[in-house]
Amino acid sequence: MQRIDQAFQKPGKLLSIYFSAGHPQRDDTLPILTALQDAGVDMVEIGLPFSDPLADGPTIQESATQALKNGMTTARLFDQLRNVRQTIHLPLVLMGYFNPILQYGVEAFCRECAAVGIDGLIIPDLPVDVYHEQYQSLFEQYGLYNMFLISPQTSEARILYIDSVSNGFIYMVSSASVTGAQKTFGDAQQAYFERIAKMELQTPQLVGFGISNAATFQAATTHAKGAIIGSAFIQFLNEKGVDRIPEFIEQIRS
Amino acid sequence: MSYHVNEKGYYGDFGGAYIPEMLYPNVQELQQQYKRITATAEFKKSFDDLLKDYVGRPTPLYFAQRLSEKYQTKLYLKREDLCHTGAHKVNNTIGQILLAKALGKNRIIAETGAGQHGVATATVCALMGIQCVVYMGAVDIQRQAPNVARMKMLGAEVRPAQSGSKTLKDATNEAIRDWINNPVDTHYIIGSVVGPHPYPDMVARFQSVISEEIQQQLREKEGRDYPDHLIACVGGGSNAAGAYYHYLDNPKVNIIAVEAAGIGIDTGASAATSVLGKEGIIHGSKTLLMQTPDGQIIEPYSISAGLDYPGVGPMHAHLFRSGRAEFIAATDDEAMTAGLTLSQLEGIIPAIETAHAFAILEHRPFQPDEVVVINLSGRGDKDLNTYIDYFKL
Repeated sequence: MQRIDQAFQKPGKLLSIYFSAGHPQRDDTLPILTALQDAGVDMVEIGLPFSDPLADGPTIQESATQALKNGMTTARLFDQLRNVRQTIHLPLVLMGYFNPILQYGVEAFCRECAAVGIDGLIIPDLPVDVYHEQYQSLFEQYGLYNMFLISPQTSEARILYIDSVSNGFIYMVSSASVTGAQKTFGDAQQAYFERIAKMELQTPQLVGFGISNAATFQAATTHAKGAIIGSAFIQFLNEKGVDRIPEFIEQIRS
Repeated sequence: MSYHVNEKGYYGDFGGAYIPEMLYPNVQELQQQYKRITATAEFKKSFDDLLKDYVGRPTPLYFAQRLSEKYQTKLYLKREDLCHTGAHKVNNTIGQILLAKALGKNRIIAETGAGQHGVATATVCALMGIQCVVYMGAVDIQRQAPNVARMKMLGAEVRPAQSGSKTLKDATNEAIRDWINNPVDTHYIIGSVVGPHPYPDMVARFQSVISEEIQQQLREKEGRDYPDHLIACVGGGSNAAGAYYHYLDNPKVNIIAVEAAGIGIDTGASAATSVLGKEGIIHGSKTLLMQTPDGQIIEPYSISAGLDYPGVGPMHAHLFRSGRAEFIAATDDEAMTAGLTLSQLEGIIPAIETAHAFAILEHRPFQPDEVVVINLSGRGDKDLNTYIDYFKL
């Protein structure tokens, strides 16, 4: 069974952590993955840095810029992940913008992902219909899941369409916003989480964008299976460093 | 073969809408509505009236006698520099503000590089009494102080883009992020024929008044409605798209696009996207794009702040790849010299962007009886400091 599907079968709330590959230091990828696995997270999203990440807020933008300054590239990330499956058993998702993948060559990229043991991809600026028409068979050929986003503005008809072409999970963007930590979720967000839960989609959902602490994690996972934390984790890395990752995870789970 | 956009938003291999899902409802609303709204009698009347009485259209098609003598051909200049606010940019902002109103939007955002599109957007927002936020790279804010002041005087809020290289591409990223954060009440007025479908086609249609007028004016002056050669400068490519629009599918017209070579195409300080770019995705559109082998977007260079965009509109990428248009690059020095030549032979100080289009006359000969139209897209007032520094005036 696909590692992503396995993670969704486990009881309890699923915690997924995002970080930008190549940040804070260029070769932190494996140390961060190891620390996250040891701290008991359920899934990891590895960000492929891009010069122009237009769905991201300042924290992730800056981490990507730093990663590129550190010399991070797509090829280097695959090198870092070459033996990752000897020690890391978590589902691994690569999250990146489409242009660097296009330059690498979509098929070559998929082949490398499969070779190093990546389970799925999130490509925010690759539209569902283009994926469906041009790339889906390729992704499937390499056993890769591709996950899509929905937001509070996404129409019901489109959510059903996305549900029908999705595997793994649907990435529920918590509010009309780019990525970034929020302190609390309001009534409108709760209503949106509830509305989606009532649709009883075939694909499970993870909530992302704006989750920063135990309170927002709990609010997000009242209805959804789990949640994704990015900006708050990167901020923590900036302030406290890789060595103290267990503290961050503990605080979210508390 | 047609060189216009197809129903899916592509020009050949280029175009489309590569946008995050969060923007899908906004972009879909535009895709579904823009042709319908702009085809209504009410829209057309408002658009035409404002272009006539507020912008000052039609702009003249001027036969440049002395310039024609110098270059031994028949040169006509399409005087977009005489538009209100000093460039063609306002044709598009008038169209889009009317569209925004029809869509019930009450907040406008825009990106700007040199500030021309920002000023044109702030102008129409003042005209309509609509809130206006303009994103501008922090570096450009320093370089283009007079246009920042103009936008503020017109009531717009100018927000500095602090990310990346802090120039036009980053201002565009910030505007897109703002739109993601404000999906319901806000319309994003993109200033060029770039961005996700339907923007390239929508902006080209609003600018197509330029070629529509050239047709009428040439019929009066030359007894036929087309030139032999049609020249425009291309950054993102909005003035060029407008000048080419009604001639795209007329094979009698040789279309010439002039890009900014900067210091020189091979110097690492250039903005000649057709030569230096590879197929890629920027700001929601598949096009030719200056980028590293790893797919990171490169900051281009030109002395002209309006031409240093790392991509080019998908229409132009298609005109290049299909061979429909002749692409030529002009360096900073060639453009500055051409600006001085036009000033002294015809009494017209062009924008430095526009001066690039004139620069090719030195190297690209035309026959004496050929009719050549150059789109004089903007005036040079905004560039006076650059001219002063360059020529030690």
